[in-house]
Amino acid sequence: MSTSLEQPKIICATCKIYLTPGKVTLSYLGSNFPVELYKCPQCGLVYIPEELARGKMQQVEAALEDK
Amino acid sequence: MDQKLLRERETRCNQENPPGCTAGCPVHVDARGIIAAIRKGDYATGLSLFHRMVPFPGIISRVCDQPCQQACKRKELDEAVSINLLERICVDNNKLAASITCQPPKNKKVAVVGAGLSGLTVALELSRKGYKVVVFEATDRLGGSIWNIPESKLPRYLIKNDFQIFEQIPLEIHLNTEVAGCSLLPFVQLYEQYDAVYLGLGSREINALDLNLELDAGGNIVIDALTFATSHPKVFAGGSIRRCDESQSPIVAITDGKIATNSIDRLLQNASLTANREKEGPFTTTLYTNIEGVERQPRVAALDAASGYTKEEALQEANRCLLCECRECVKNCEYLGHYRSYPKRYVREVYNNLSIVMGIHHANKMINSCSLCGLCEQICPGKLNMAEVFQEARQMMVRKGKMPPSAHDFALRDMKFSNSDKFVLNKHQPGFTFSTMVFYPGCQLAASSPQYVKKMYQFLAGKIDGGIGLMLNCCGAPAAWAGQEELFRQTMQDIKDNWRNLGSPKVITACPTCYSMFTRNFPDMPVETLWTVLDRVGLPDSALALRAQRLAIHDSCTTRYEIQLQDSVRNILGKMGHQVEELPLSRSRTVCCGYGGLMIYTNREVAHKVINRRIQESSTDYVTYCTMCRDNFSGQGKRAYHLMDLIFGSEQEGLIQQANPGYSQRQENRERLKISLLREIWGETVEDLQRDVKIIIPESVRRVMEERMILDDDIAQVIAHAESTGNKLKNTETDCFIGYFQPDRVTYWVEYFPQNDGFLVQNAYCHRLEILE
Repeated sequence: MSTSLEQPKIICATCKIYLTPGKVTLSYLGSNFPVELYKCPQCGLVYIPEELARGKMQQVEAALEDK
Repeated sequence: MDQKLLRERETRCNQENPPGCTAGCPVHVDARGIIAAIRKGDYATGLSLFHRMVPFPGIISRVCDQPCQQACKRKELDEAVSINLLERICVDNNKLAASITCQPPKNKKVAVVGAGLSGLTVALELSRKGYKVVVFEATDRLGGSIWNIPESKLPRYLIKNDFQIFEQIPLEIHLNTEVAGCSLLPFVQLYEQYDAVYLGLGSREINALDLNLELDAGGNIVIDALTFATSHPKVFAGGSIRRCDESQSPIVAITDGKIATNSIDRLLQNASLTANREKEGPFTTTLYTNIEGVERQPRVAALDAASGYTKEEALQEANRCLLCECRECVKNCEYLGHYRSYPKRYVREVYNNLSIVMGIHHANKMINSCSLCGLCEQICPGKLNMAEVFQEARQMMVRKGKMPPSAHDFALRDMKFSNSDKFVLNKHQPGFTFSTMVFYPGCQLAASSPQYVKKMYQFLAGKIDGGIGLMLNCCGAPAAWAGQEELFRQTMQDIKDNWRNLGSPKVITACPTCYSMFTRNFPDMPVETLWTVLDRVGLPDSALALRAQRLAIHDSCTTRYEIQLQDSVRNILGKMGHQVEELPLSRSRTVCCGYGGLMIYTNREVAHKVINRRIQESSTDYVTYCTMCRDNFSGQGKRAYHLMDLIFGSEQEGLIQQANPGYSQRQENRERLKISLLREIWGETVEDLQRDVKIIIPESVRRVMEERMILDDDIAQVIAHAESTGNKLKNTETDCFIGYFQPDRVTYWVEYFPQNDGFLVQNAYCHRLEILE
C-alpha cells in the first residue's frame, strides 16, 4: 500500500515533536501490510489522515473482505 | 444449496425460456432476435439469425406457412406479428454470401434418396458434420416439390441462391438416378453399402420401390414419430412420405431433415436415439409475458403486397412485436433490477460465490443487499423466492467465516445495544403480579417515537383487563437478516425466557417485523398485532385530533400475507375519518421501504433507489404502520405518517415531515424511554443518563457521522481515551487535536477542540484496518 503523503503540520501532543515517516504494520482479516505512515519518532503514536482512511484503506478493506 | 437445488431454482425462473414464436417454430427460428435486429435497421444480423436455423432462407422467406404465428403472444391482443414478411426483408436486403464450415471428414457414409427439401437438409447438415454424403435424385434437378410453387410466389433466383451452397461442400449428387427395387440400384444395396440411409421419397409410389421395410395397413412406411427410424436400423425416412394428408409445408420438410440428421448422427456415434429430444420440433413455451397495459395495434399491411414490406413498414411491424420476456420480478423490484440481470443468473452467481475456495467473491454485496422481502416469490410465475436464496447464502457465509465483517456490524451492534440493560425491560403492569397480555412495541418505535410507547402502553393498560405487561428489547430481526443463526437463536431464547417469566402472556406487537419474527419462530407464543387489537377495542380519544385527510397506505413487507392486519389498519384509518388510497403495489404485493434485510446498512445506494421509487408511486401523503418505513420515506423527503402519529399527534407538531432522529439519538431515545417509564409508570428511582465527556457536534459533522455510521458514543470514547492517556496529536496550523481509539473492530478518529467544559467535534472518520503498534 502506497501512503505517500504531504508533510503534515502535526505534532505528538505528549512528546511535542513533529511526526516523521516511519514503518507501521496494518492488519485485517489475517493479512498484514507494512506501510510507511507519519508517526511520533519518540513514542510511536501513529497518524492516519482522513483521505487515506476513506480512500486506499477502504479499498483494501473491501478487497480483503471479498477474498 | 447443492447442484440439485440450484437446478430446481434455476428452472423456476422462466426468463431464458424461448418466446412462443421460437418454441412454435419447428426449427426454432429466433424471431424475437430477428425483429430486435430489424428495429435497429440491422438486416444482416436478422438474416444471420434466420440462416442459423433455416438452411434455405431465400425459399423459406417466401413460402413459410408460419406455425410461429399460432404461438405469437400478440395474438392474444390483436393479430400475430407478420414474422415471415420480416424475415423476407432481411433476405431481400442482403446479398447472401453462402458460406459453410465443415467439420473434419469422418469415415462414415450416408446415402440420401430424394433431393427435396428434407433430403437436401439431411445432405447439407450431415456434410457439415463431416460425413460423406451421396444424394440420389430421380429427376434432373434439386428441390423436389418446391418447383411446383408458382414463380410469382417463389422467384427462381432464390432457389438458385439457396442451392449455391451445394457447390461448396464435398457432396456427391447423382441426378436422374432412380433407386428402386427393379433398377440398377435397389434399396437393399444402399442399405448394405452405406452406414445410414435417409429416404426423402416425396410422392413416389411406395409399393413399386421394393423398400424392404415394414409398411402399415395403408401401405405407408412405418416411421418412428420421435426419431424417424424405420424398421431397418440403418434407415430413416421423412418429408412428404411421413404425412398422409399430403400437406406440403417447406418448413416442416426442413424440420424432418433436421430431426433425421440428428438421428443419423446419433446412430453413427453410438449415442442414444431417443434421449433428451423433447424440444425438437414445435413445443409450447413456459415463458411468461405480461401483456397488461399493451395497446392494441393492427398488423401493418405491405402497400405493395408482391414486394413485401418497405423498410418503414417493416420497422412499424417490428415495433408491434412484444419482444416477449418475463422479468416480472426485475420490473417490480428495484434491487433485482439494479444488478441488470434476472434470478436465473443470480441464483447461479450465488451458487458460484458460495462454491469458490480461492478468488474474489464477486456476489457478496449483491447477496447482502437484498431486503429479503419476498415480493419476488409473490410475483414470479414459477414462485422462485430469491429472499430464501440470499438468506441461506448469508447463513452459509457466516458459518464458513466468509461474511464480510463490515456488512452487518453496525446493525448488529445497534441490536446489542437494544438487548442490553440500557433498554431491556420486562414488567407486569403496576399493581399486578401477572400479565394476561404484554405490549411489545419494538426497538425502532422506541428509537424514533418513544413518546408513543408510553402513551400506547397507558391506553392499553386502561382498556384491557387482567394486567398488561411491557417488554422492551429487539426481536432479533437484524441477526436473522444478517445470517447470524447462533446470535438469532440466543436472542429468541432470551425473549422466550423473559416472556415465560411474565407467565407466557399473549404478545401484542406494534412492529410488523417483530410480529413476523415471533409467529415464524415461536409456534407456542400467542401473538397479535397492536392494530388488530385497536380495531377491536377501539381507539384513544386523541385519534380524532388530526383533520381527516386522504392517505396512501404503505403496507409492511414482513407481514405481506397478514390480511387481517391489513384490513384492521384500513378500518382504523376509516374510523378516524381518513380516506384510504391504495398504492399500485399493496398488501401481499407490497414493496420493502429499504430497511428490510439490513439493505440500508449494506447498500445505501440501492436502498435509496428502492425508497425513491416507492415514494414516487403517489403524490398523496403516505401512512405506514412500521416506524422504519415512515423514517425512510420522510428521510427522502416524502410526507409520511406512522399510524401512531395520527392516533396521538396534533397538527402543530409537524409530524408528517419529522426527520429521522439519527443513529445516536435513536439509541439515546431508547435509553431515556426506559428511564422515564421506570420513573413515571413504575415509580422507581432511576439515575439520569450520565455522559463522561461532554461533546458538541455541529449539524454538518453530524451528517458526516450518520453517513459513516459513527455514534456520539464512539466519539466520546475516542476523546476520553485521548484526554486520559494523553495519546493525541495536534495540528499546529489549526490547533485542532486528533485522537483515535479502537474499542472493538473499528478504529475511530476524531478531530476536536476543547471548548469550555466540553469538546467541539470538527471531524470524525473510521477504518477497519488495525494499527499494529
